[in-house]
Amino acid sequence: MRALALRYGLLLIPLLFLALFFFYPLLRIFDYSFGLSQSSGFEEFLRVATTPYYRGTVLFTVFQATLSTLLTLGLALPCAYVFVRYDFWGKRLLLASATLSFVLPTVVVAIAFTLLLGRQGVLNQALMGLLRSTAPPIQLERTLGMILVVHVFYNFAIALRVIVSYWLNVSPHLEEAARLLGVSGWRLWWQVRLPLLRPALVSAGLLVFTFTFTSFGVVLILGGVRFATLEVQIYYQALTVFDLPMASALAVVQLAMIGALTAVYTRTQRRLALDWRAARDVARVPHTWGAKLAVASVLLLVVLLLFMPLFVLVWQSLTWRQDGISLSYYAGLLVNERRSLLFVPPVVAIGNSFVFALLTTGLSVSLGGILAYWVYAFSGRAARLVEFLAILPLAVSAVVLGFGFLLGLDTPPLALRTWWGLVPIAHTLVALPLVLRVLLPALRRLPPSWVVAARLLGAGRWRVLWTIELPLIWRSVLVSAVFAFTTSMGEFGASLFVVRPDTPTLPLVIYRLISQPNPQYYGQALAMSVILLVICALAFITIERLRPVGSASEL
Amino acid sequence: MKRIMTVLLVLLWGFAAQAQQPTTLTLVTHDSFNLSEDVLAAFEREHNVKLNILRAGDTGRMVTQAVLTKNNPLGDVLFGVDNTFLSRALDADIFLPYASPELAFVDEAFVLDKAQRVTPIDYGDVCLNYDIAYFEEAGLVLPTSLADLILPDYRGLLVAMNPATSSPGLAFMLATVGVFGTEGDYTYLDFWRDLLANDALIVDDWETAYFGNFTAVGGTYPLVVSYASSPPFTVDETTGVASTASITAPGTCFRQIEFAGILRGTAHEALAQAFIDFLLSEEVQADVPLQMYVFPVREGVTLPPLFAEFAVVAEEPAQVDYAEIEAQRDVWIRAWLEAVAR
Repeated sequence: MRALALRYGLLLIPLLFLALFFFYPLLRIFDYSFGLSQSSGFEEFLRVATTPYYRGTVLFTVFQATLSTLLTLGLALPCAYVFVRYDFWGKRLLLASATLSFVLPTVVVAIAFTLLLGRQGVLNQALMGLLRSTAPPIQLERTLGMILVVHVFYNFAIALRVIVSYWLNVSPHLEEAARLLGVSGWRLWWQVRLPLLRPALVSAGLLVFTFTFTSFGVVLILGGVRFATLEVQIYYQALTVFDLPMASALAVVQLAMIGALTAVYTRTQRRLALDWRAARDVARVPHTWGAKLAVASVLLLVVLLLFMPLFVLVWQSLTWRQDGISLSYYAGLLVNERRSLLFVPPVVAIGNSFVFALLTTGLSVSLGGILAYWVYAFSGRAARLVEFLAILPLAVSAVVLGFGFLLGLDTPPLALRTWWGLVPIAHTLVALPLVLRVLLPALRRLPPSWVVAARLLGAGRWRVLWTIELPLIWRSVLVSAVFAFTTSMGEFGASLFVVRPDTPTLPLVIYRLISQPNPQYYGQALAMSVILLVICALAFITIERLRPVGSASEL
Repeated sequence: MKRIMTVLLVLLWGFAAQAQQPTTLTLVTHDSFNLSEDVLAAFEREHNVKLNILRAGDTGRMVTQAVLTKNNPLGDVLFGVDNTFLSRALDADIFLPYASPELAFVDEAFVLDKAQRVTPIDYGDVCLNYDIAYFEEAGLVLPTSLADLILPDYRGLLVAMNPATSSPGLAFMLATVGVFGTEGDYTYLDFWRDLLANDALIVDDWETAYFGNFTAVGGTYPLVVSYASSPPFTVDETTGVASTASITAPGTCFRQIEFAGILRGTAHEALAQAFIDFLLSEEVQADVPLQMYVFPVREGVTLPPLFAEFAVVAEEPAQVDYAEIEAQRDVWIRAWLEAVAR
């Protein structure tokens, strides 16, 4: 009896947390948009459907996500071929860089690409010098093209990893047989490889589509309201136009679409797992000139796309509009004049972010830990329901979450909207799915026989946890903690709704600083971005070093 | 490990110390707020208080923030809400009423809220500004009405602001509402569509429009929606000539009045009242033109020579009834967004 009470009592903590801070705010959004508490009814949905402006937002969201997905897959597929076929230096690091996409904050990446490809970007200046022209040859600033490039940056490594890890498990015999039958060139791709890789392509495509469908920071910073996706439009209607019924109607549309996408994705994932075949490593060192050229161009592309922008960011933070290299923008972070745009010196924002991130880490690892362990330890319908509930926040974007806080946590008994504690709570909800996706597979990988043996020898549930399970998965616990920490450090969408201007976080200060055409502010934003980048890079290295062998394809 | 803990403790301590300092008065305002440091310091000395300034974005964003945080306000006094966003603030009931004795020196016409929840501080006319050199070199005649802006001569020359995000942007949209109306064959929305078709650029805030796109400061658009009081700031120090001027022809401008109010929930109401009086004092009112590009509401304040020479007051600003703005602003903005954006 006591065991049962403990078992369910423990579960009550995360469930209560989800009920209060996740389901209740979502309910308020539904309530608001369906007009249950006022008389408007379906009027707002009708406006979304009939007004070209809002319809345009929905269509554009789908359009840019489709384009981003096609571009990403188109680039990742040939690269995957080279990865599977050849052995070369840097392969492991490049595959690992998919993790980077989860830890790099959008504010930082958006700024880095503006510095590289913007009107006055490094590339344009180099080309203008080379071509002796006065007009910048690359016209990407404030265009859809720029947004697409950054979406490819974020998703390329993820798609590559999904395709490569699947391809490695496809038996090479089928291709060999096809070759023997005389199939070659394009027909080999169309009739053999693509059909074989279909599950991986569908899975990667859906993943990229979902990510770019809910892309927020990148679109807001690089596109502005002119290129508003659903996500940006919700934010805009809620905080700028102050049209809360319209924002909630759009949020419901967004929820429905991501919900459907997530459902489809989960199904394909299940098929992907069933489809594994005998694997054989066919990679070899490139010998022919063609092979060498292929490997070199892939490496060049990856370096240009993934590392060049970050390098340019670091370099520019030291030199932007200055004579030579100087640390003056970094020194500027310590002071705050009354004339400044910011309420506190930027360095205080770093401190704020740090505190919020620590609280987020503690909250999400303990809540996620309880949930994951419960789902792993107890089977049956209850466990499946808990798993479903816990994974649901994945289907809700950060902006919708923040908006739900704004609507739901306003009136008593939950009049918490101006409480600083909402920031780590919101961040925890964003980090929770990530934490679960690290912890749950780690727990499930544990050899069941060990646990059974321990139980047979008379060890209790807790003893097994402390002496067997925890020592075996502590690496994964740490990895999940680092993920939670970096998620909080870089969180932008939900923060815009819950962070008060008097306790700003790092990404919000960066966003404020780049919103004004002032060189001094811009330089400081670069310095802040580099600090954030360094923190995230450290996190990335920690994750890669801690990651247990054989779990590279997760996430 | 020990060292890490120490660093953490120091950070936490700094965080806590930030939250609890002795008597401070916090002014919530927009990004364009500025007063001379010595003027502010005088207030601090006289009342033995530390003045913090919290800039919360452009006017619209600032008012939204103030409304959203009204149960636990961001500060004690709010400055910068104008006649275009006034209703959003008054509807949410975020201000405590206060009748400043200094209002005796202010024209009645500026006092829009008869319940005195807000106090007028300054005003300015939102007008088109142009780059004088560009128009001379191109041999272009100046537009004399808003309708001129859609002529082929002015294709791709104008940068304006989104009325949903920018307060001068909203003011300019209201001028178009005043001129073209909202009903009939050719409404303000038709005008804006034609403006876009004529390659006008719309940006989110005034700073980006002026400092990011106006030819006079290095951009590519020689016409910008700005203030009639902006040209003094483009006067060349050696030649004494302004590089820009404003167009103040009848029906091309809109008058904006900026107000201050005491935020409900302040713990320092008396100090906040003193700050409102201070904003209307001669020192601040004389400081306002060169710091914030606007005219003081107080009568008899001597304008700085630069301002007196190069800044102008629009003769006949476009008229939109204040009560109508109050009732229709959100409808107009929404219609604008749906018709013009993208």
